[in-house]
This record gives sequence, structure tokens and C-alpha cells, in this order.
Amino acid sequence: MKRLFSHRLVWPIAALLLLIVINTVSRPSFLSITLQNGELYGSLIDILRNSAPLMLVALGMTIVIATRGIDLSVGAIMAVSGAVSLTVIEGSNDPGGLGTVAVAILAGVGVALVLGVWNGFLVSVLGIQPIIATLVLMLAGRGVALLITGGFITTINSDPYQFMAQGYVIGLPFAFFVSLAAIAVVALLERRTALGMLTEAVGINPEASRLAGVRSRSIVWGAYIASGTLAGMAGILYSSNIMAADANSAGLYIELDAILAVVLGGTSLAGGKFSIAGTVIGVFTIQTLKSTITFLGVPPAVSPVFMAIAVAIVVLAQSRRVRGWLSSAGRLARPTTRPDSKVLS
Amino acid sequence: MTTLTAVRRPAAQRASLGRRFLARHVAWVPVFAALGILLVMIIGAVAYFPNFQLPRILSSILLDNAYLLVLAVGMTFVILTGGIDLSVGAVMAFTGILCARLLGDGVPVGVAVPSMILIGAAIGLLIGLLVQYFDVQPFIASLVGMFLARGLAFVVSLESIKVEDGGLLWLQSTRFSFAGWYITPTGIIALLSVAIAAIVLRYTRFGRTIYAVGGNEQSARLMGLAVVRTKLIAYVISGVCAGLAGIILTAYSGAGYPLNGMGTELDTIAAVVIGGTLLTGGSGFVLGSMIGVFVYGLIKTIISFLGAEQSWTRITVGALLLVFVVVQRLIVRRSARRS
Repeated sequence: MKRLFSHRLVWPIAALLLLIVINTVSRPSFLSITLQNGELYGSLIDILRNSAPLMLVALGMTIVIATRGIDLSVGAIMAVSGAVSLTVIEGSNDPGGLGTVAVAILAGVGVALVLGVWNGFLVSVLGIQPIIATLVLMLAGRGVALLITGGFITTINSDPYQFMAQGYVIGLPFAFFVSLAAIAVVALLERRTALGMLTEAVGINPEASRLAGVRSRSIVWGAYIASGTLAGMAGILYSSNIMAADANSAGLYIELDAILAVVLGGTSLAGGKFSIAGTVIGVFTIQTLKSTITFLGVPPAVSPVFMAIAVAIVVLAQSRRVRGWLSSAGRLARPTTRPDSKVLS
Repeated sequence: MTTLTAVRRPAAQRASLGRRFLARHVAWVPVFAALGILLVMIIGAVAYFPNFQLPRILSSILLDNAYLLVLAVGMTFVILTGGIDLSVGAVMAFTGILCARLLGDGVPVGVAVPSMILIGAAIGLLIGLLVQYFDVQPFIASLVGMFLARGLAFVVSLESIKVEDGGLLWLQSTRFSFAGWYITPTGIIALLSVAIAAIVLRYTRFGRTIYAVGGNEQSARLMGLAVVRTKLIAYVISGVCAGLAGIILTAYSGAGYPLNGMGTELDTIAAVVIGGTLLTGGSGFVLGSMIGVFVYGLIKTIISFLGAEQSWTRITVGALLLVFVVVQRLIVRRSARRS
């Protein structure tokens, strides 16, 4: 039991469960899932589907944050990749063809990959602070996306493209499978190979890990490439959901949500240890929180206040001072148990 | 070695004098670079556009970007300590719309305006406390402030609120003209805030502590400087400036709007960085930030003169930001190698 409570995913999971309980109490239909024409419907399914873009972005952000970096440009990359994909489809003779859609997706993700390479170059080769290196693209990226779409919101009609965000496979949303695949790939690469450990080493102490023979430059560079590519895929999902490339609002403030999801999942912004499972839980927590806020009838515009309170609680709970208060309060209550538990764990 | 050659040859002495000046004032180099770019842009614009009347255009840049200048002044303090404040745009929107609302409800200007500055200070204090007492990274702490202020702005009103109060509009409508130049009270406030900040940073103990903390927090602490208090005050100053900017923007646009200032925090950071302040802290000048704001404003003006898409503004500012960051990086690397 003690061990269970000391696991680092306990608090993120507890927060998610609490949200789900609050939702279920306030609207009993929250948990119900219905089957219509072989497709599942319900609030939980909506959360699974709508969380896909944030999931992709947050996975990339987790890796970048693990290297002690931050990627502010993900929203702008989403806007660019969506704009590129839809421009390819719009310009083709056969918008509904599978080949066209494949080319469009490849082009969109490819451009995002190049932008990730660019970010990684600035951070790992030129040694510019991550926050400012990615700020460059964050500022310029939406401008580029606006140029690609010619300043208009490009709308298209293409069933295969639309399928990605709105289609269903064996009763579940296709977008959910996309995020599942991304989670699997990232988790396999980072946890079943040495890559994850090397990433943590670079994040904890870049200089020491370089001296120990870790090619920290390539690892940091790779993190930004991964983040950019995942953001590109998120951009395609976003544009597929609304079937339009909107340079101004695609991925707006998603970087903040993604960072929040990573932090909620227990990964420290100081770099080093990261948790992919934590990020996944963090993403679901944010998506559930958003759906809760909407359900409570709060105007969407006011929801930042709730987000602010949520972030404040989370970061305060993580801070050393508050933990010190909590543990000293705990020690006062049960003076003898504390030292033993430390030895055991 | 340089002194030896300096004694022998006057020509080399002159060269080494220049080099020595640069070596001693390495922090000014990015500011000079920004000033150089500003001058090149001005000369280019005057030569290229026949109807580019310099006094009028520069005056209007100051007028249009007075709020940005005030924000940049506050941001300079925070960045000099090695922090960052993402909340400024949202705080500006919140105080702006709250001010408009209060004035509409009949609160006198003399009460509303100081209250807005106090509210800005309170949000800055909140962020500073999170950073200083709870070890929250400045990025996340100011994010909390940003979410909070943006949400509160929408709580005040979802729609824009028009300002009818003569006292606030006076800030914008009064024009003091002189030989083609003109200035409004908002512009004077912005310039005054630059002047006060420059004096505080240059000549007061607090200002020197800011540089010391940003340069090396550990040494500053060991020297017995009040690190915690200084950083806290830096965030409060940024909050005060954001509150003031809210008032200026509301006077400028004649209305409060909760969506005001989306992305302004980025423009502010870009202007400060273009003005030569190092994001790692400890090096930079408020005058540089002012130049950065003018570069930003001039880019906007030139692009509208060219009749190009406004999206080019963002691309150009991004590109310029990149150039300056790379230049700064090279300077830092070189001075690190020397010492």
C-alpha cells in the first residue's frame, strides 16, 4: 500500500479519476457508451478522439522536455503542416483519391520534419536557448502558414482525408488509433532501447553525459525532430477534423496545453526523468477537464481561469516547499512510520 | 599585448582603442547592432518611399506602439534577472477591459487608473511568489498568470466595452506638435517609463542588484545581495507595466477588448531580444528594448507601405529575432572563450 502511494503516477491518476467521478456525479450519462451502426458514441469516446492531436504534440514535448528543452513552435508547425497538406489536396485533380491524400500527408509531415530539424539545429548546434530558438518559429510559422494558404481559410472535400479525424475502425475513432500508434512507437523507442536512458542522461547533465560518451547533440537534435514530426501529424489530424487549413487558429496555445499535460504527468520541466505514461494520463486529464468545463456551462473563453487554477495546484503540489509542509504535517501525525518507510522503499 | 602595440604605433592604438572599447562594453554591441539596423531601415525607407515623412512616421510608430514599449520596459527587468514573463499580454487585456468597465460604471479616472496599476502589480507579485517561494519555473508561473488574466478578462466582459470617459481619452486625443513631430500623453508616459527604468537600472542599488542576479545568481547570493526580493520586485515591475499598458491600449483604441494582446508577450520578448538583452539574464539595456520596439514598429510600417501581407511582419520579426539571437550567441561564446 505504501509502495502504491509512493509511485509517481499515483497523483496524476488520482486527478484523472477525481475528474471522472465529478463528471459522473454531475451527469450520469458521462460514462455511458452507446453503439450505433457499429460505431461507439459517448463522452469518453469523444475524449479519446478529441485528445489525439494534443496526445501527439504532448508526446513530442515530453521527449524535448526530457532533454531540458522546450518546444514552443508546435502550434505553428501544426498550422504549417495542415496548410501544406490541404494545399496539395486542393491543387490536385483528384481530391478524393487515396494517392493524393497519401502525398498530402507525406508533404505535410515532411515539412514538419524539416521544421523540427531546423529547431534542433538552432538548439543543438548553435547552442541557442530552446525557448528562444523555438520562439523564432512560433512567431514566423503562422506567417508562413498564412502565406501558403494565401491568407484564406482553405477548405476542401476529401473523404479519405476526413476519415483520419472523423472515421471509425472496429467501432473506435481512427484518430484514437493514430495516437495509440504514436504512444506505442515513442514508448518502444524510449523504453525498450537505450535511447530513453540516454535522453534522461542528457537532460540531467548535458556536459557530463557528453564527457561520458553520449552523443548529446544528436539526441537533443532528434528530440526536436520527433517533436516537429509529431506536431505535423497533429496538424493533419486537426485540419482533417475541420476539413480546413486555418493558419490563425490551428494549434493555437496547444504548446501550453502540451506542456501542462507533461507537467501534470509528473515530468519535471528541469529535464531528466520523464514519464510517457504520465503524459498520456496528463493529456486525458486536460481533455476531460476541458469537456467538464464545457459541460458546466462555463463560456469557453472563461475556461483559462480554471486552467490557471489547475496548473497552480499542480505546480504547487510539485514544489519542494509545499512537499516539505505536507511531509512535516504527516510527520507530526505519525511520528514513527516515516523513517521506516524511507528505508523500505 | 594590446597595450604594448598601443604604445608603439598610433594607428594601431586607434584600432586597439576601438577594440578595447568594444571589449569593455561588449553588452552594448547588440544594442549598437539594433541601432544600426534601425538606421539602415529608416534610411532605406526614406530613400525608397517618396511619401515617407520621417517625423510623422516615427511619431506615429511611438504612438501606435506605446503599449508595447511600456511592456518591453517591464519585460526587460524580468529578463535581466534571467526570468521570463508570458503574462503581460493577458494582464494588459484584463486591466484594459476592467478599466473600461469601471469607467463605464461611473468610477472616476483617478480611482480606476491607479487600481489597474495595482492589479497589474498584484498579478506580478503572484507570479514572483510562485517563482521565488515555490521554485516554479518562470515560464510555468507566468503561464498561470497568463491563463488567469485572460480568463478574468473574459469574466469582465465577452464583448468589447467602449470608453466614453473624457479623462482617459484625453491621454490619446491630445497632441503636442512640433515641426512635423507630434506626441500624445500616452507617448510621453511610454518615454517616461523608459527614462525612469534606465535611471533605476543604471544608478540605483536595486538596478545593480538586478544585473548581479541575472549575471550569476549564486555569486549574488554569496555577496549578500537581496536576491529573492530583487527578483520578486522585477516581476512586480513587469506587472505594473502590464497594468499601465492596459490603460494606454484602452485609451489608444478607445475600448477595452478581452482578446487584446494575444501573442503580445511574444512580440515583447522579441523586441527586448532584438534590443540586445540576453535571455540568459544579466546583460541588456532598456534603451535597447526601446530600439527593439522601434524596429518592430518600423517593420510593420514598412510592410504596410509595401502593401504586402501583414503575415510578412511576423516572418520578418522572426527572422530578425533569429539573426540577433545568433549574433548574441557568438558574442557570448567569444567573451566566454576570452575569460
